[in-house]
Amino acid sequence: MFEEVAKTAEGDLVINVGPQHPATHGVLHLLITLNGETIKKVEPHLGYIHRSIEKMCESLTYRQFIYVTSRMDYLSAHINNHACALCVEKGMQIEVPDRAKVIRVLMDELTRIASHELWWGAMAMDLGAFTPFFHAFRERETINDIMEETCGARLTMNYMVPGGVMQDLHPDFQRRVKEFLVLYKRKIHEYDEMVTGNIIFQNRMKGVGYISPEDVISYGVTGPAARGSGVSSDIRKLYPYEIYDKLQFDEVLETAGDSFARYLVRLREMDQSIRIVEQLIDNIPEGDFQAKTKAVLKLPKGEFYTRVETARGELGVYIVSEGGTTPYRIKFRSPGFSNLSALDHMVRGGKLGDLVASMGTLDLVIPDIDR
Amino acid sequence: MFITDYIKDVFGAMKSLGTGLKRTLYYFTHHKEIITQQYPDNRATLVLPDRFKGEVVMPHDEKNEHRCTGCTACELACPNGTIKVVTKFDITPEGKKKKAIDKLVYHLELCTMCNLCIVACPSDAIKMAQTFEHSVFDRSQLTKVLNKPGSKIMEGVE
Amino acid sequence: MYERIITVLPVKKIKEKKQNITVWSFADISKTIDQWLNDWVGATWATVFEMVIAGVCVIGLFALLGLVLVIMERKVAAWIQIRLGPNRVGPKGMLQSLADTVKLLVKEGMTPDGADKFLFNLAPFIAMIVAMLLMAPIAFAKDFQMWDLNVGVLYISAVSSISVISILMAGWASNNKYSLLGAMRSGAQIVSYELSAGLSVLAIVVLTGSLSLTDIIQSQQNGWWIFKGHIPVIIAFITFIIAVTAETNRAPFDLAEAESELTAGFHTEYSGMKFALFFLAEYVNVFIVCAIGATLFLGGWMPFHIGSWEGFNHVMDYIPSSIWFFGKTFFLIFLIMWFRWTFPRLRIDQLLNLEWKYLLPISMINLLLVTVMAIMGWHF
Ligand code: SF4
Ligand code: SF4
Repeated sequence: MFEEVAKTAEGDLVINVGPQHPATHGVLHLLITLNGETIKKVEPHLGYIHRSIEKMCESLTYRQFIYVTSRMDYLSAHINNHACALCVEKGMQIEVPDRAKVIRVLMDELTRIASHELWWGAMAMDLGAFTPFFHAFRERETINDIMEETCGARLTMNYMVPGGVMQDLHPDFQRRVKEFLVLYKRKIHEYDEMVTGNIIFQNRMKGVGYISPEDVISYGVTGPAARGSGVSSDIRKLYPYEIYDKLQFDEVLETAGDSFARYLVRLREMDQSIRIVEQLIDNIPEGDFQAKTKAVLKLPKGEFYTRVETARGELGVYIVSEGGTTPYRIKFRSPGFSNLSALDHMVRGGKLGDLVASMGTLDLVIPDIDR
Repeated sequence: MFITDYIKDVFGAMKSLGTGLKRTLYYFTHHKEIITQQYPDNRATLVLPDRFKGEVVMPHDEKNEHRCTGCTACELACPNGTIKVVTKFDITPEGKKKKAIDKLVYHLELCTMCNLCIVACPSDAIKMAQTFEHSVFDRSQLTKVLNKPGSKIMEGVE
Repeated sequence: MYERIITVLPVKKIKEKKQNITVWSFADISKTIDQWLNDWVGATWATVFEMVIAGVCVIGLFALLGLVLVIMERKVAAWIQIRLGPNRVGPKGMLQSLADTVKLLVKEGMTPDGADKFLFNLAPFIAMIVAMLLMAPIAFAKDFQMWDLNVGVLYISAVSSISVISILMAGWASNNKYSLLGAMRSGAQIVSYELSAGLSVLAIVVLTGSLSLTDIIQSQQNGWWIFKGHIPVIIAFITFIIAVTAETNRAPFDLAEAESELTAGFHTEYSGMKFALFFLAEYVNVFIVCAIGATLFLGGWMPFHIGSWEGFNHVMDYIPSSIWFFGKTFFLIFLIMWFRWTFPRLRIDQLLNLEWKYLLPISMINLLLVTVMAIMGWHF
């Protein structure tokens, strides 16, 4: 299971990929030992964008700390906020109105689509095709516009608050989302034409970065990266929160375990998210968008844990409360960190070109890893 | 057979490449699909959604009156210490002392546009403005006083 | 052969039909200049002057090509990527590459610590010189050719393989691991792809029976080889396009500078004008290989003729030969740019697989077919 740590021998080439490198999409530093073009070892060095978010949260109240979590995995900011709001609600035993639940799920799924769109573009760009990146942004911008209209911001929305959502949906929301659905249906086949079906792309992805289901479990890989190896790990199915148990959608599973399988999982997951949005968009119940809560939130003494499925995997929020207005300790179990830990295992013995193909399918967001 | 597989391989590959080429040629020849927005040129027609969180402002009416009572709820709600409420005591016509704001200092450079102060304000005295071009040459210009000079509190706001 | 090194001279005897066409042409201009110089300063000095003029023309063409191709590439990329592309400097952004050149000129050209200074600074010039040498045998228009070499095709394939030296030199001298990896990749790549490029060029040589570019163009008077040569020539054309894309290090074969893996590959450490020279050499190389492709397969400056449609052929003849040549070349350049902005990059082992398992066997069998075709006279 755990291989011997490869020794750097004479004649090995040690190169630094990052902290500033086009393929790491952020300030990740990989120390790579190469033998010619073959990778012997990959050693991730972290901490270049550590902002001590967990520590910061300890000095913020339960209303305030949610906004900071948008800055962890900024591509699924809504889902991060959602997880924190859920945890506070669990501690306070706040009953969230139905309308708020539906709005939250809608926003989560839109975020997931937007995140996967960006990943798809970046994935293709990692492999040297630049055009898909711009095409992916076309659809993603539409979602961002919808977010901007309802939440007031494009990336760090801070829309989820304990007890519901901050503002009601914008009157245009439903129309805009339906427009997006039409656009998505019209354009999604191009993704296959330009990238998925391309013979070069398939050759670059198939059989690359293989990880077995056992290793997935032992490394704690979650999300689409785990489902590419056939490990069922969708929190929305396994431990349904909000209204996911009432929705019809499939957990996408592939068994090949290589980069291409992970790629397909993400691509199909977008379709499943579209399915969820389609189910909900015409059935948003009337009612309050926020439960009545006390002005000052105080969690009872104890420990609280919630988990949600972000676009990258399982995000856990663990709060220890001493009964005050601020948490005593907060710990985030971020998906990117565990996923990154499996990178070495995946690419060892591959070519340098395989590194970007495997790293791309892990969909790393560096602020999520470092926090 | 080996040879037929080989030929099939070659043609399959060519076909997949051709599909991609067809798609990009479509975009090359269809300029109406271009989505670029010419940003600084389209300032006049640029519409930002009315909920866009650009910067915190305090609306004043035409009599130079605002709605802020100086309750400091916004200061408490802000996670970043962006807002400082400086209060003073006004003398009302009846001769009583009344708490009012002297200055509401707002540090734009610390603000994360999280909207919490707006939600917290009990008298709707502040709101988000739809501006986004915040760059200035001097950092001190980012510290703003939200209430206009000489303004006073609106009648009937408690 | 030596006496033929005479610049800008209409060397070939004009032996074809339709001398009655009097469209403004480069050949006439060069002839006039040649006569005028000969009358004025005598034959020896005329040759010297002509050489100088030719040199200046080549450098001018270089600069012009760099500007045009960069703006073309950026526009093609932008439109494929649903963007507008450069549109600020000059009318419709057409002067953008000029502004970039000025920027690159005034930038500092750094030599990194620990680099082999001499080789580091020499490498970009070698890249340029190779590109310039390759200009010599290309026929830009009817009777307009710097050096009508009787082994033109051989010359081109020989000189073009020098370009790998500049890349290896740059990669080695930079004292940078990325550069070294990039250089090694491109070494393997260019050496392999030379084979299939050479074999596909041979197909045309076999059909024509001559290595001279002028003869090859003349042989296409009654139809371009791509139309005359049936399927084998089309296969040769496709292999040629793939091989030269790889030889010029363009995507999807840009492993030498694969920026998601090696940041910028062999020119990571270059800046300012030295970088610009590499950049320019890349574009000029693209132009040259496309010019060769156009000459061999699409008839060079020969106009497009359809069998017995006299009227149509006549109209085609009225289009100047230089426009035919540049039209075809730029069509091929567009093709290569189109590839670049559509395809992902190959991996190094796949790249070599493609060459040794697919392109090489195919082009060898193809060459056999072409030879049989040429012997039996099955082409038109
Ligand atoms: S928007 Fe947020 S950070 Fe800015 S002043 Fe209001 S509460 Fe503070
Ligand atoms: S802006 Fe609102 S919350 Fe802040 S001091 Fe004034 S009234 Fe109170």
